[in-house]
Amino acid sequence: MTEVAEPLLEARGLVKHYGHVLALDSASFTAYPGEVVALIGDNGAGKSTLVKTLSGAIRPDRGEILVEGRAVQMSSPLDARRYGIETVYQDLALAPDLDAAANLHLGREIYRFRPLHVLNKAEMRKRAVAAFADLGVELPDVTAPVVTLSGGQRQSVAVARAVAYASKIIFMDEPTAALGVVQRERVLDNIRRVRDRGIAVVLISHNMPEVLAVSDRVEVLRMGHRVARFKASEATVEQLVGAMTGALTTEDADEPVTGAAATAAGGNGTAPGDGRGQA
Amino acid sequence: MTTGTTGTGGTGTGSPPRREYTPQRPGSGWFGPRSLARRSVSAGETWVLAALIIMMAIFTVLAPGKFLTTNDLSLISQGAAPFLVMAIGETFVILTAGIDLSVGFVLVLSGVVAGEYYVHNGGASAGTGTVWIGVLIGLATGGAFGLLQGLAVAKAKIPPLIATLMGLGVAEGLSYLITGGHDLSTVPGKLASSIGQGSLGGVQWLIIISFLATLAFGLILAYTRFGRYTFAIGSNPEAARRVGINVDWHLIKVYGLSGLMAGLAGIMNLAYFSTTTISGHPLDNLTVITAVVIGGASLFGGRGSMLGTFIGVFIPEMLAAGLIIIGVNQYWQYILTGLVLGAAVYLDQIRRRLRERT
Repeated sequence: MTEVAEPLLEARGLVKHYGHVLALDSASFTAYPGEVVALIGDNGAGKSTLVKTLSGAIRPDRGEILVEGRAVQMSSPLDARRYGIETVYQDLALAPDLDAAANLHLGREIYRFRPLHVLNKAEMRKRAVAAFADLGVELPDVTAPVVTLSGGQRQSVAVARAVAYASKIIFMDEPTAALGVVQRERVLDNIRRVRDRGIAVVLISHNMPEVLAVSDRVEVLRMGHRVARFKASEATVEQLVGAMTGALTTEDADEPVTGAAATAAGGNGTAPGDGRGQA
Repeated sequence: MTTGTTGTGGTGTGSPPRREYTPQRPGSGWFGPRSLARRSVSAGETWVLAALIIMMAIFTVLAPGKFLTTNDLSLISQGAAPFLVMAIGETFVILTAGIDLSVGFVLVLSGVVAGEYYVHNGGASAGTGTVWIGVLIGLATGGAFGLLQGLAVAKAKIPPLIATLMGLGVAEGLSYLITGGHDLSTVPGKLASSIGQGSLGGVQWLIIISFLATLAFGLILAYTRFGRYTFAIGSNPEAARRVGINVDWHLIKVYGLSGLMAGLAGIMNLAYFSTTTISGHPLDNLTVITAVVIGGASLFGGRGSMLGTFIGVFIPEMLAAGLIIIGVNQYWQYILTGLVLGAAVYLDQIRRRLRERT
């Protein structure tokens, strides 16, 4: 199904330099509608840079970003939002002293009297309750400061906020990194629920079993370049790790800019397995 | 904090993606989960209010019929008026996890600039129009000074403590330079007799102005976007930035507000004393910060209220008045206020620890 669909979000040949460091080396990325796609890679592979580029936090030096086939400029997170792209940051980016309803609407308040920016708290509470219910999240009290919530509940608030505004894609940066086992399950449930609403979820994670459990597809980044794509149902943890570390490369479509990645890609060009990982 | 009854649970275990959810109807009555009564119990200012009431009760018992006569209240409120006005701005600043040390000195500077204008424009017999222009000049001086400090904090990234310490020095220096070190005492009679000493329906204008300002900015803090962003920035500036709030500009406005309030206090001070009192406010900043912190505002930002600040301003004042009436050396006021301040911050720390779960 995903093979025939038009990509929702596509990055082509993104290049980003930080001084002498080449963070993105002609990186590509694709997300299809209604899928969970995991973006994995070792530390320094360029995951964060890629996500920041795609969510408008930084601008690439070169390359193209396409939303539903149309080339777009993403010069700020607000741009990304306009295209229906939201991000759940690893640190959640919540204001702990504000309640869940206030956090959900932070920066997008609803007003009772617009000229004076008088907040319509009742309406925001109502919508917050509806948003959490929609996501199937139980929050005992949307008027309790977020700091009084458990880690999993806070995560739910951040996810609900992204879901409430994302019409197309949600990026989730290491959403389970700081959570316990039970809460981790809850987040994975959240991810599935979001996908079931027809929104694509891009999951950035280090946890391979988790990636395979929740994703439909996996894209692997190494040294700023996409080196492999897998169907999660057909991939193994060994393959993912192999792709991350350079033992396995299945991508050769995009030519990297520099020699380093090119050599790596060329040297291990043929996959030791059967090369079934593909999109 | 007690939470209301949790949602459903009655929808069985099939966990369909959309389950029936009972939106806990936020009770709008007096005793519902979100009622004023319930909220104030959990709010930080509750214990301050309790402290104030206990204190007043003790003084009333010790000196029946003498403490808290209408006259007392009016005198206390009048004396507290400039502090209350400055505390309004300071509350916003502290809520953003900042601090404004310059307030007493900006008060003086604003009074001096307005006073200088009056000296050259009509002097003691200046007309109503001139008086108003002088008032606006005083307000503008304070506001502009505050905006500059805000720029130093938000754009130059100078820590608030240092930025406003710098501002304190500049304001004090300017005040002395402009006046040559001699208080300007040529204040329009119309200013002194209206704002300074006048009253409306038996209530001093100073009291009316300070109470109305507290009410207005209390509402702004609690019910508008400006207040919401103030809390958000104090709570997590990075989160505020990421949702698209212009954090720098908001901070500049908040420090500008604090300057504006100091300017208003400067006009009130000038009108009340009919002189600029250049050297009379070296510790106003600490008095004001003390009041805000006693009122339950957290120095870490994100938590506090205007009602708390209001009570926080009056606790030391009541203490002073009460001690004099019961015949205790009034210098005990400083010791007791210090202890109350320590207790307030200690309580804030405990609250922070208690409610932080992970």
